[in-house]
Amino acid sequence: MNEITESAERPPHDAPAIIGPGQTFRSVTDKISQVVLVRQTPLGWYFGLSIALALLLMFISAVGYLLALGTGIWGVNIPVGWGFAIINFVWWIGIGHAGTLISAILLLFRQQWRTSINRFAEAMTLFAVACAGLYPILHLGRPWLAYWLVPYPNTMGMWPNFRSPLVWDVFAVTTYATVSLMFWFVGLIPDLATLRDRSESRVGKMVYGIFAMGWRGSARHWHRYETAYLLLAGISTPLVVSVHTVVSFDFAVGIIPGWHATIFPPYFVAGAIYSGFAMVMTLAIPLRKFYGLEDFVTKKHLDNMARVMLATGLIVAYGYMMEAFMSWYSQNEYEQYMMLNRFRGPYAPLYWSLILFNIVIPQSLWFQRVRDSVPALFILSLVVNVGMWLERFVIVVTSLSRDFLPSSWGMYYPTVWDWATYVGSIGLFLTLLFLFIRFLPMISIFEMRTLVPEAEVREVPE
Amino acid sequence: MSDAAVAEPAEARRPIYGILAEFSDPNELLHAIRSAREEGYRDIEAYTPYPIEEVAEALHFHDNRLPLIVLLGGITGLVAGYALQYWTSVVDYPINVGGRPLNSIVAFIPVTFECTILFAALSAVLGMLALNGLPMPYHPVFHAPRFAQASRDRFFLCIEATDPKFDRDGTRRFVERLVPRSVAEVDH
Repeated sequence: MNEITESAERPPHDAPAIIGPGQTFRSVTDKISQVVLVRQTPLGWYFGLSIALALLLMFISAVGYLLALGTGIWGVNIPVGWGFAIINFVWWIGIGHAGTLISAILLLFRQQWRTSINRFAEAMTLFAVACAGLYPILHLGRPWLAYWLVPYPNTMGMWPNFRSPLVWDVFAVTTYATVSLMFWFVGLIPDLATLRDRSESRVGKMVYGIFAMGWRGSARHWHRYETAYLLLAGISTPLVVSVHTVVSFDFAVGIIPGWHATIFPPYFVAGAIYSGFAMVMTLAIPLRKFYGLEDFVTKKHLDNMARVMLATGLIVAYGYMMEAFMSWYSQNEYEQYMMLNRFRGPYAPLYWSLILFNIVIPQSLWFQRVRDSVPALFILSLVVNVGMWLERFVIVVTSLSRDFLPSSWGMYYPTVWDWATYVGSIGLFLTLLFLFIRFLPMISIFEMRTLVPEAEVREVPE
Repeated sequence: MSDAAVAEPAEARRPIYGILAEFSDPNELLHAIRSAREEGYRDIEAYTPYPIEEVAEALHFHDNRLPLIVLLGGITGLVAGYALQYWTSVVDYPINVGGRPLNSIVAFIPVTFECTILFAALSAVLGMLALNGLPMPYHPVFHAPRFAQASRDRFFLCIEATDPKFDRDGTRRFVERLVPRSVAEVDH
C-alpha cells in the first residue's frame, strides 16, 4: 500500500498521474456533469441500453416461468440442491465487494487515486448486491414467502433459527445493501447540488433539487459531512469483510467435504475483492474510452487496480493450495476423495480452467508492459471474472455431487433456464448501470475538485 | 412624502439575511474569513464547492457530537441485535436444535455484529443530516444571483445580519475592501 501512495504523489512527468494536466475546478465540474446534462444522448448509450434491456426481458421471462412452475425448471435436484442460484449469488455479491473496498478501505488508507473510480464502483456494488439478493429468494421454492426469513411477530408463533448461517445471510446482505446505498447517496449529495444548479431543464432542477435536499456547501455542513463520511468508511470496512465471511459460513458451517474448512472466510473475502476489481476494470475501461474520461481514470488507476488484482489473486492461489494441502494432511478419506475428484472427476475440466484463469494467466500482471496495455487489462479482467465464476461452480457442485455415499452421487447439468436466469441477471445489472451513467455523475465531482492544483491551500501566518 | 424619502436609506429598507461576497480562490476566501473575524464579526458562514478543512478552522467551528451519536447508535444496535436473538430463542420460542444451548452465544455473534453496523451507519447518516438541518429546500442564500456557482468553482463568504456588529452599509464597505469578485445583499 505504501508503494502505491508514494508513486501516486510523484510529479506527472515521472509516472502517469491520477489526474490529467491542466484541469481546474471548472473543467472538472463541467466535464463530468456534461455527461449527465447533455441534450443529445449519445447513440451508443441507446445501443448499450437496448442490449441490456433485451437481457433483462429474458431475466423477467425466466423468473416468471420459475414462479409459475417452481425450481424444477432448473437443473438442481438431490444431491446437488444448490446449483446456479447459489453460484451466482456468491459471484455477484463478491463482485460488489470491490466497490466498498475502494470507497471505504482506500479512503481510510488515504489512497487519493480512489477518488475517480469510487462513485461507479459503489454503484456497481449496489447493482451487484441487487442481483445477488434475488437469487437466494428465487431459490426458496416459494419466493413469495421470503418475508418469513425476517423476524417479525407472526400468527404462526414462530421465530427464525438464529443459529443458522442462512439467517445470518439475511442480516448480512440486507445490512450490506442498506449501508452501501447510504454511503453512495451521501457521496452523491454535493454532486446532486451541482447538477441542480447546472441543469437547464425544469424537471432536472426539480428532481436533482429534491434529492440534493437543499445542500448549499456551507462550511459547517462540510465539516459534519466529512466526519460522517469517514465514520461510514470506518463502519463499512469491517462490514465488507463480514459479509463475505458470512457467505462463506453458508458453506463452512456445513459438514460437506470441501466446504467444512476454516480457511473459507479469508479465502472468500480475497476472492471477492479479486473478482470485484476485475469487474471494476471491465466497466472502467470501456466507460473512460466512450466518454473521453482518460484524464480522470488514468493509466495510473488501471495500473493500481492491476496490482490489487495481482495481490488478491495470489491470496486466492494460496487458498487453493491450502485446500489441496489440508485435504491430504487431514488424512480424511472423504476430504482426500473430494480433492482427487476435483482434479480428475467429471468436473475436472472446470477445475483446471479455473486454475488457468485465476492463477496462471493473471501472473502476466507482474510485467509492466501488460499493466500498461489497456486491451490486455480488459481481456485479463474478463478472464478473472469467468475464473471466479468457475471457482464458485467448482466449490458448490463438485462437493455436493459426490459426498459420502457413492449410492447418493449424482451429476448436475444446468438447464436453459439456469442460463437464462444467469445471463438475464447480467442484463439487470447492465440496465441499472446504463441508467446510472446517464442520470448521475459517474465520477465524484466534488472529490475531483480537491485533486486539482488550484485546491492547494497556502499556509498564511495568522 | 418627503419625510419617508429621508428616512429611507437605513431603516425603511426591508431587512436582509446578510451580505455575500464571492471569491475565486480558496486562499482568498481564507484571507477574507480571517479579516472578518479580526474585524469582530462572528455570525459568518462560508460556502465552498468542496470540503476545506482550513475554512472550518478559520471559522473556529467545532462539532464533535456526530461521533458520539454514531457510538450510541452502534451500542443500541448491539444490544437490540442480541436482545432480539436472546428473547426469541430463549424466552418466546425455545426449541432444541441439535442439542445446542438455547442461548448460543457464538452463533448469535454474526447477527449482533450486523445490527451494530446497521444502527451505527444509520445514525451516522441521519445524524449528519439532522445536525446540518437537512433536508432544507429553502434557504435565503439561494436568492443571491451568483450563488449557483458555489457548487462549481466559486467560494462565498456571508456575513449575516444577526451579527451584533452588522451594519448594512458599513459591512458592505468592509467586504468590498476584501476585493471580492462580486458582492450581493441576500434577501430573506
